[in-house]
Amino acid sequence: MRFRQLVITVTLAWLALFVLAPHILVLLTSLLSPDTQQLASYPFTMQSYTRLWEPVYASAFWQSFWLSLLTTVICLLIGYPFAWTLARLPKLPRALLLFLMMVPFWTNSLIRTYAIKLILGAKGLINSTLLSLGLIDTPLQLLYTPFAVIFGLVYILLPFMVLPLVTTFSKLDNCLLEAARDLGATPWQRFVQVILPLSMPGVIAGSLIVFLPAMGMFYVSDLLGGAKNLLLGNIIKNQFLVVRDWPFGAALSITLIVLMGLLLWFYVQANRRINRQGGLDDNAL
Amino acid sequence: MSDFILVLSGITKRFDREEVLKGFDLTIRDGEFFTLLGPSGCGKSTVLRLIAGLEQANAGSIRLAGHEIATLPAERRPVNTVFQNYALFPHMTVFDNVAFGLRMNGIARDEIAPRVKEALAAVQLSDYAQRRPHQLSGGQQQRVAIARAVVNRPRVLLLDESLSALDYKLRRQMQIELKQLQRQLGITFVYVTHDQEEALSMSDRVLVMDQGRAMQIGTPREIYEEPCNLFVARFIGEINIFPATILRPLGEYRYLAEVNGVEKTIRFHQQATEGDEVHVLLRPEDLRVEYIADAPVDRRGYVGAVLERNYTGQTLDSLIRLENGQNLLVSEFFNEDDPDFDYRIGERVWVDWVAGWEHVIAKESW
Repeated sequence: MRFRQLVITVTLAWLALFVLAPHILVLLTSLLSPDTQQLASYPFTMQSYTRLWEPVYASAFWQSFWLSLLTTVICLLIGYPFAWTLARLPKLPRALLLFLMMVPFWTNSLIRTYAIKLILGAKGLINSTLLSLGLIDTPLQLLYTPFAVIFGLVYILLPFMVLPLVTTFSKLDNCLLEAARDLGATPWQRFVQVILPLSMPGVIAGSLIVFLPAMGMFYVSDLLGGAKNLLLGNIIKNQFLVVRDWPFGAALSITLIVLMGLLLWFYVQANRRINRQGGLDDNAL
Repeated sequence: MSDFILVLSGITKRFDREEVLKGFDLTIRDGEFFTLLGPSGCGKSTVLRLIAGLEQANAGSIRLAGHEIATLPAERRPVNTVFQNYALFPHMTVFDNVAFGLRMNGIARDEIAPRVKEALAAVQLSDYAQRRPHQLSGGQQQRVAIARAVVNRPRVLLLDESLSALDYKLRRQMQIELKQLQRQLGITFVYVTHDQEEALSMSDRVLVMDQGRAMQIGTPREIYEEPCNLFVARFIGEINIFPATILRPLGEYRYLAEVNGVEKTIRFHQQATEGDEVHVLLRPEDLRVEYIADAPVDRRGYVGAVLERNYTGQTLDSLIRLENGQNLLVSEFFNEDDPDFDYRIGERVWVDWVAGWEHVIAKESW
């Protein structure tokens, strides 16, 4: 099993060098003092973390949280029925639709965000269509609004909601639905009593991998939301590139990572509970 | 009229363009254990799913206790199904699984618990109410599936190959329990299986199906002893088939016939004339073997050689090759007076059937 050892060693070395080490650097940076000249300097201090409680950042954090949550909910509302339909299609059309859903990934999401800008802009596709149809007299302010940011986030993140849900639904035995029908459950009862509880692992997995990136996707907010620092990612980016307060940017990053870790822990716990209940296991993450 | 609980008439069912059932009729009596028996793909499961409402017929009517149910959705039909793979809800306890139907049908809260307990007691799972399905053995899951169905007091209980996933011993045990449960509850059971032994041992009546058509309907005894055609004869148990030609009628459905080259007297419950060709069907236990030396000189029988002998514990099963090349399967009980009773392979023996035990059917093209 020397091949196996080799693979494990290479992987571990890679992770240590490019994942663990940078994170330790970020953690250390977050504990340093701000220094505009050298980006960060001694002594070690908790100053950056205490600044997190300043109202301006707390409210930014809150705003980011709600925006991401809203994105997640919208992705769930669109993705759930879509994934359900997809999972119940015959093999060939299902593979085709899944493929079509993956095609946009071939284009960088930054470029796709620029494309959304063209669609939502004052002279964009939507406004020019509405204007030429005579439905509006002046262009609607679509771009540089929270709406535009959510639109962009939903567009980019929807596949991440759909994929784990499709996996979950594919594993759901149709026999269970027939049994529920046979026992007198109406369509709505079948959904509430059988489909929903058994698809919870997929819902949680999908929600996490939409919610977590949504908090950090600063370029979507930058391009579509204007310079409003709507997402936590924007604040972090600004600390590093504009304000040049690396310790504070690092502290924000660490906070975000801890938060993600907590959510993942919550996911694992929830999954374990569902599994203990005999629900479907889920390897989507 | 009223003793028929379920009447299917003129049922046609197509999947894509393939006709699975065509003009299928079936009447099931109230309170009987009825079995649909046939090879896989014969349409027996489709019949069950049509009754349950999980499939819609392209044509025909299904009447349950006098009411047309073909147009009702599955959830509103007073029938319940025990699925082949049990289909227990993995996220619910045994109790919640069994209570599911009652809750869906809006049964009063205080009535649910006693009924669930009663159903679990009937399948001897009272102590397992708080377990999850995955914590149970296959046999226990099977019982939960049965309890989940019968707790709703359906007019008809449908069982789709429900025992096929169990091992042999457990299956035998469940067959007996199922039969007892059916008597105890007085519910009509419609059971689907491809296992002829299972069908014969449990059922009041059996319908043998092939390729979407009813072949024969009757008690297990009728099906086994008087199969109406070669398919049924071959599907149910082992059978030896002798070609025969009627030589002349002897009156009272007795005929002199040339059976496999030997002149014999046979019973045939149809009118036949000289030259008519028939099949003489003989179960292995209808045949008797004797050592050549012991063979009665005046009786007409067949001579062959022992090809194979199988000791099964209860019987001695032998394969005997007749002089004309046909192989016969013979099953004989041990004679306690003759403990050495056995044959040597290759030994020449004399074979005949017990007069009157033959079953004769008109010739069909095989």
